[in-house]
Amino acid sequence: MSRLLAIAIWLTAIVTVGLFIWPKWRLPESVSAHSPAIDHQFKITMAIIGVGFALTHAALGYAVWRFRAKDGERASHSHGNARVEIILAAITAVVFIGLAITGQRVWAQLRLNQAPPDAIQAEAVAQQFVWNFRYPGADGKFGRTDPKLYNDADNSIGARPGPLGIDPNDPAGKDDVVTTTLAAPVNRPINLTLRSKDVIHDFYVPALRLKQDAVPGMKINIHFAATREGRYEIACAELCGQFHHQMRAYLDVRSSRDFEEWMKKNSKQ
Amino acid sequence: MSEKIRALPQRARPSTFIGKYLFSRDHKIIGLQYFFLALTAALVGSAMSLLMRLRLAWPQSRWPWLEMIFPGGFNDGLMKPEFYLAMVTMHGTMMVFMVLSVAPQSAFGNYFLPIQLGAREMVFPRLNMLSFWLTLASFVVLMSALFVAGGAPIGGWTFYPPLSAIASAGPGQAAGADLWIISIAIFCLASFLGSINFIITTLVRRTKGMSLMRMPLTCWGWFTTACISLLAFPVLFVAALLLFLDRNYGMSFFKPAGLVVTGHLIDGGGGSPLLWQHLFWFFGHPEVYLVIIPVMGVISHVMATFARKPVFGYRAMVVSILAIGGLGFLIWGHHMFVSGMNPRIGIAFSVLTLVIGVPSAVKTFNWLGTLWGARIRFTAPMLFAIGFVSLFVSGGVTGLVLGQTALDMVFHDTYFVTGHFHLIMGVAAVFGIFAATYYWFPKMFGRRMNEAMGKAHFWLTFVGVYAIFVPFHLMGIAGHPRRYADTLWFEFLKPLEPLHILITVAAFATAAAQLIFVGNFFLSLWKGASVGDNPWEATTLEWTVAGPPPVENFEDQPPVVHRGPYEYSTPGAAKDFLMQTEV
Repeated sequence: MSRLLAIAIWLTAIVTVGLFIWPKWRLPESVSAHSPAIDHQFKITMAIIGVGFALTHAALGYAVWRFRAKDGERASHSHGNARVEIILAAITAVVFIGLAITGQRVWAQLRLNQAPPDAIQAEAVAQQFVWNFRYPGADGKFGRTDPKLYNDADNSIGARPGPLGIDPNDPAGKDDVVTTTLAAPVNRPINLTLRSKDVIHDFYVPALRLKQDAVPGMKINIHFAATREGRYEIACAELCGQFHHQMRAYLDVRSSRDFEEWMKKNSKQ
Repeated sequence: MSEKIRALPQRARPSTFIGKYLFSRDHKIIGLQYFFLALTAALVGSAMSLLMRLRLAWPQSRWPWLEMIFPGGFNDGLMKPEFYLAMVTMHGTMMVFMVLSVAPQSAFGNYFLPIQLGAREMVFPRLNMLSFWLTLASFVVLMSALFVAGGAPIGGWTFYPPLSAIASAGPGQAAGADLWIISIAIFCLASFLGSINFIITTLVRRTKGMSLMRMPLTCWGWFTTACISLLAFPVLFVAALLLFLDRNYGMSFFKPAGLVVTGHLIDGGGGSPLLWQHLFWFFGHPEVYLVIIPVMGVISHVMATFARKPVFGYRAMVVSILAIGGLGFLIWGHHMFVSGMNPRIGIAFSVLTLVIGVPSAVKTFNWLGTLWGARIRFTAPMLFAIGFVSLFVSGGVTGLVLGQTALDMVFHDTYFVTGHFHLIMGVAAVFGIFAATYYWFPKMFGRRMNEAMGKAHFWLTFVGVYAIFVPFHLMGIAGHPRRYADTLWFEFLKPLEPLHILITVAAFATAAAQLIFVGNFFLSLWKGASVGDNPWEATTLEWTVAGPPPVENFEDQPPVVHRGPYEYSTPGAAKDFLMQTEV
């Protein structure tokens, strides 16, 4: 039993580490300015915990292999070793706290800093199982919205009040652009404000390495820059009801000329 | 103190079945009642997880025979997504509350805390009985949510408002959600009352010579967990009460103004959805420690017995249990990095979260230290204890990923999280429960469980849980969000479908292996080999009394304790173990 268990413990560790190294299941493609730093931090963390995982399993397997009961032999009588204990705890503390601190760098840069002033302004508004997006138009100002005016039935181009309930009497809202796809020019920062009309949703774009709850009653600001043109899936990552798993939209990253054209096409003529 | 205990009048021993087994005030019977409640809940909760696995592996398959059992949950043989989400919610609630919070603490703690302390009973036996009956009521109310119009709630066990605060926000969010809240409130009350009993019993009912630092580590686990329960459950109770008022009495603690759900403007305003999350996780994070801490005690206890060695660093084990229990109250915010909470505060929660990894690592080193130089006896309980260490490490290390703000932004609410907590809080704790069951069965029933079946159970379960939960992490790395009823709607999820099928097959095989345990348990109740009072040659007080112990635990004199709890292989001693009562 002792040898078998030792081998099982070692095999478990080898297979598990192998599965994590095997390139079949990897992080999704990465297309945001901040994602290389996140992926780097992830790889370092995985390497450290992989070593810790492998060492503890090596030791556990060794103890199980080596220290099985034998007739007439007694175990060593030891109540512990404070020095070994302190050294191991100190090493662990340094590694763990080191990870905790280095792990804050990307976070701080992304979440404690404001978006650069030249960022494109946009809004993502979630509601049960649908995403809508809004751009402020030429005036750079979002029009006033009112929950009493929500009209999900009419989401044609330039509809007022439309699904977001834009006040038709507010001049700032006249040129607002409301869409069901989030378009963005490549390599340009986007300052995105998240809102929700009903329950909590979560704006999750795997390719951007970005996730942020959209909470009703709150306006939450995030910013990012997409670095490669293409269409990327936007998912909801906070349980929002029975069709949570169907709540999909697209992030459409375009060249700046394509983006301008797209914007014109979606604006009220 | 022993004088005082001896002076207590002998309780009249109940002779009827009802007095003896139903409305018993005997902590041992109450412990068994809790155990069977947890066992029932575990079977129900596992069945729910298997239903979830069916939809995840074969989302477009039709199951007409299941539709006959759950007519509301299926449509033309296809499982409805709301039924899937109801199973998600009920599986989580059932397992976290009725199994993991009950079995290690209320079941084994009730049975063995007084005996290990040398006490005749709990300080408040009636209160203890009340705790159990409230817990049972909570279980019944929770189950009833499955059978009301609209079915069980679909908001997940974390029950975030406004989804949970508005009856029209989805199927199951009406009567089912109210029943869920009532069930949880009752459970909080029961756990709170139980914790008072544990704390005071530990403080005042220790027998002569049983100083705090001579207590078995199990008692330290139960005591610390009771302290956590005392502080954490009242907060959840209040949160549940506020949510109930929001739903039924026009209050608006968690609902902001201007909500429009299914086209209707919801009354009220001024509430905050984040308030619920703070209250919930102020309970919810200590909750994971109140699950694992008594299990840590059990593992240390079982490991010393079968390693035939004293626990390595007893004092460090006590300090780390207390440190984990205390720090556990300071890190609830790591569940909320992307919730809209101020990102600056996230940094503080993140650093504290990784700090709590240090005492957890110390415990792992000490379990390895206990095995070093041991003479290990590979019994079924010891196999589960060793398996626990492996799972505790595997589930623990990924906490270092999730505890970092920036990485949590990637993995929050993905299968990476689900894999992490299933390993460390789910199956690691369940391994502790199995170890405790195999270990104490001879004491509880005077018979031994079948060793061969126990070993078969271990091997299948150990391989099975890794086959289930390692792929969870891989799916999380690939970005799979949790609580998705299928993978059909997203291109990035479609390549992960084969993993879902693998997991489902592994889950059914592992669930089938648990039937070996259930069969072994009930067979051994009647047919197990009779054993003496101390079949494992262990040292603590529960092994000085008969199995099963008499009503008052210690027939005539309460025991007097002369030494620490884990005196194994002491040089110069005649045997390789010295009981705590030996001079």
